[in-house]
Amino acid sequence: MCDQTFVAATFGPCDSCSKPSPLMNIYIKNEATNYCSLCVEMMACQGLQKGETLESLKRESETLKKKLEEERNKLNDVECNVSVILCWPILIVWDAFTLNKEHGVPLPCTWVLACAYAPSGCAIACGGLDNKCSVIPLSLDKNENLAAKKKSVAMHTNYVSGCSFTNSDMQLLTSSGDGTCALWDVESGQLLQSFHGHTADVLSLDLAPSETGNTFVSGGCDMKANVWDMRSGQNIQSFESHESDINCVKYYPSGDAFASASDDATCRFYDLRADREVAVYQKDSIIFGASTCDFSLSGRLLFAGYNDYAINVWDVLKGTRATILFGHENRVSRVRVSPDGTALCSASWDSTLRVWA
Amino acid sequence: MARDMSDKEILKMELDQLKKEVSTPRTPVNANCTDTIAFVEGLAPNDPLIKGVPDDKNPYKGDKGGCIIT
Repeated sequence: MCDQTFVAATFGPCDSCSKPSPLMNIYIKNEATNYCSLCVEMMACQGLQKGETLESLKRESETLKKKLEEERNKLNDVECNVSVILCWPILIVWDAFTLNKEHGVPLPCTWVLACAYAPSGCAIACGGLDNKCSVIPLSLDKNENLAAKKKSVAMHTNYVSGCSFTNSDMQLLTSSGDGTCALWDVESGQLLQSFHGHTADVLSLDLAPSETGNTFVSGGCDMKANVWDMRSGQNIQSFESHESDINCVKYYPSGDAFASASDDATCRFYDLRADREVAVYQKDSIIFGASTCDFSLSGRLLFAGYNDYAINVWDVLKGTRATILFGHENRVSRVRVSPDGTALCSASWDSTLRVWA
Repeated sequence: MARDMSDKEILKMELDQLKKEVSTPRTPVNANCTDTIAFVEGLAPNDPLIKGVPDDKNPYKGDKGGCIIT
């Protein structure tokens, strides 16, 4: 640490070390004292606990900055085919064909970062900066007050960045800014399993597509993507080849691979059986981070939304870019392909959802 | 939580995890990639985004039907 330069009004013996040097007038516990700059530095360091260094504190501030950036999101998530949108602070369920709003649920929390449809289509889970993930049962009765039936299921110590129902309506998997993922029982709100291993915020998770699958993949700010076993809570595999935060992870339709989109402007394809990265989708002309990715039905195409307002479509097998989709006026925050594979929906900070078919 | 742990504890956790991972069974990329390619080629003809949709079934054909949801 080097001394900062400062204008010294006084020169004389320091109040703590008694060495004559230029003095800084500071206030300790409301008393004016004069310390030399070395003593001021030493005092500042005493505030640190043993083992902490300025480096680690700096890292902490970086993660806080990231959180702030997420808080500025206007529109954050989309599910297909009957879409669910998170708007501030209303949860809207759209029918993508008729363009009608089916339900609108006002939420008390200002920023919602994640949402998911239950497999039966009867409920929605959503969570965000309120550190909770809540489940709202849907009903066809238009007059019913859906907000009143909202039930808090997950409780984290930091924001909820992603949520997904497992194969049943009864279990919910969440990922959080506190660096953990957790599996919850919806009825009782009990924590069934927690997954520790990330050393920074977890930004995204995705469940393996198979009916009997018990694994999921999560990606976080520590640049790692981890594959977990849901029953044991163990981290089975981990991949660390990205150079920046992983914003989104998505399983391949076959269940043997997954892709990740990251702030380092690349998307990478990892094979689980070979336990390594097999493809990197990048171009010199793409310098903005990718915030989201999704596969087409057959897995031939990878749609990735970037912060330069475009969606790049990559040919998964060839590793080349197939096409670019322009249209949004602000960054693309989420893309999802519909379950039948006929359309792609993209959500953006320009407050619109676009369906591409 | 990771942010409550000191650097030493984090490194220890990572080390434990890596030790477990060293013994994971792995298959060569060659075999897996051939499988992946076969999988994709098998499904590709049914992928509406690749093969396209016949005009009579396409509700967005022409100028009608396209719009933006806000």
